Amino acid sequence: MSAGAMAKVGSPSPVWRRVRTVLSYGLLILLALTFIYPFLLALTTSFKTLPEINADPVGLIPSMWTTEGYARLIGLNVGRWFFNSAFIAVIVTVSNVIFAGLAGYALSRIKFPGSNAVFLALLGTMMIPGIVLLIPMFMVLRLLGMVDAYTGLIVPKMVTAFGIFLMKQFFESMPVEIEEAARIDGASRLDTFFRVALPLAQPAVIALVIFSFQGSWNDFMHPLIVITTNTELYTLPLGLAFLRGGIGQNLQWNALLAGSMLTTLPMALIFLFFQRYFIEGISYGGVKG
Amino acid sequence: MATGIKQQDRQDAIAGWLFMTPTLIIFGIFVFIPILFALYFSLTDWNGISPPGEAAFVGLRNYQDVLFGGGIRQQDFYKALKNTTYFALGVVPVQTALALFLAVVVNQRFLRFKSFFRTAYYFPAITSSVAISLIFLFLYQKDGLINEALSFVTFGAWKPVAWMADARGIFHIWLNWLGVNSERVPWLANTSLLGLSVWDWISGPSIALLAIMLMNTWTTIGTLMVIFLAALQDMPPQVYEAAQMDGAGTWTIFRRITLPLLRPTTFFVVTLGLMGTYQVFDQVYVMSSGGPAKTTLTVAYLVYRSGFNNFEMGMGLAVAILLFIIIFILTMIQRRVTEGEKA
Repeated sequence: MSAGAMAKVGSPSPVWRRVRTVLSYGLLILLALTFIYPFLLALTTSFKTLPEINADPVGLIPSMWTTEGYARLIGLNVGRWFFNSAFIAVIVTVSNVIFAGLAGYALSRIKFPGSNAVFLALLGTMMIPGIVLLIPMFMVLRLLGMVDAYTGLIVPKMVTAFGIFLMKQFFESMPVEIEEAARIDGASRLDTFFRVALPLAQPAVIALVIFSFQGSWNDFMHPLIVITTNTELYTLPLGLAFLRGGIGQNLQWNALLAGSMLTTLPMALIFLFFQRYFIEGISYGGVKG
Repeated sequence: MATGIKQQDRQDAIAGWLFMTPTLIIFGIFVFIPILFALYFSLTDWNGISPPGEAAFVGLRNYQDVLFGGGIRQQDFYKALKNTTYFALGVVPVQTALALFLAVVVNQRFLRFKSFFRTAYYFPAITSSVAISLIFLFLYQKDGLINEALSFVTFGAWKPVAWMADARGIFHIWLNWLGVNSERVPWLANTSLLGLSVWDWISGPSIALLAIMLMNTWTTIGTLMVIFLAALQDMPPQVYEAAQMDGAGTWTIFRRITLPLLRPTTFFVVTLGLMGTYQVFDQVYVMSSGGPAKTTLTVAYLVYRSGFNNFEMGMGLAVAILLFIIIFILTMIQRRVTEGEKA
């Protein structure tokens, strides 16, 4: 570092520097609070009684803790909604890893005629906003008898263009030698993929698992058009929207917020355990993809 | 040898297509066929209940109705387009700037508790849009947390508003302060443009729409921050060291080095923002159903409402395809702008 730069760094007085540090951390903590506090308030409010919520919707600590909001949800079959959400998310996630893995592998490693056209067609579909396919998706599901059925919730989501590009990108960054060695030892393409390539692509697989699970767990628009009458097949977000009901009615806030918490907590736990991968995943899929 | 290679090629071709089969089937049925359906049935009067085969072909009438029909459908479409555009113009710049700011701050070498701050800022981004909408519906009540907080930071000057029930446009409110309103300047109310009066066009987002905009910004910042963060961490440290050697200050380094190097990322983030804001749906469905006075009616919500509430699937499809064209044009313009700056 040059003398000029040293002087520049050293010039503000120590007192001013300390004040600045305190102010900066204060601002950062305040910002963190604005991102976290709404969840905190929703969590404690879900344990309040309705009269208390109506009298004071701002206080953080309930004067009387109650689980009546949760009890009301259980009466509404929330267990089934929770199971549906989890079941669908798990199947969608597993199939995404396998199908997007296979497709990404083929596009990056296997030379086959037409691969470029397939790649471009898939790339093109990413330009199409999901809302454009809302109505025609409903038409196709109706034709196939998949309305009001698990198949309608699951099958259309079993592979995504995003997943394919994530996997393709990662395979391309991997050295090809290990797979070639396996091939020379007589392993088939499929063996090589499942036994060698997919395990080596673990970071990309983890990212894909997280995004597929999150996407499915939080999805609202797709279940909304698939489930028209069969409330047994509601997912958590769909059930919550149903519980919210019409505009202008008296809302049972403790139950609604309890539902929001049941929807948020599983993702929050997954996030806290796999934080690192969320952030790495976005950088794979986002900037480089 | 030659036959060996040929056989290898054939095996590769078979393996390649086999590996692609699940993807091709799913995309064929649930993406490509729906695209064809969308294009064709936007030219029919299908109502969503009768068998689609019985729908009558009406040519471009749905598009005609929506764009120039002069009726309620035209009015709703331009209202939705106006609302959505205010939404995007408000949200995209703010969330991009704040995300960049947070990314730069969290990326500081000397910052302590880095991972705590990163986690806190990213947290809303992992949560279900329906859950967040319900939480904010609660916070936006007249005696709710947001009014309380605003009143606290303004030392009581803030008058609580019933956010989700307030249809007043914020530009209208400001113009009123300046003494401009539709009674004093009648031509604003009397001049009609594409089915809406000039006064309507310049309303700005309503308080209710503003509430959804603020919430949407709040949830999206985290994701965009992480995208910026990844790009910042990829930057060559030598460039920064060289700039510091030359005595460049923090602000100069940010403006002259960081920002230009981030241009591709910024393009990506703004594109994501445009795609997202022009498709806002979940929040509107849960929080307002398009009300009050249709001021939170967005184009995406209009697509849903036309199809599944009003049983005008053909109309809904026409609106959906128009939305696709709008998003496509916006992305192209944006790319042109970003590339133009580079030259």
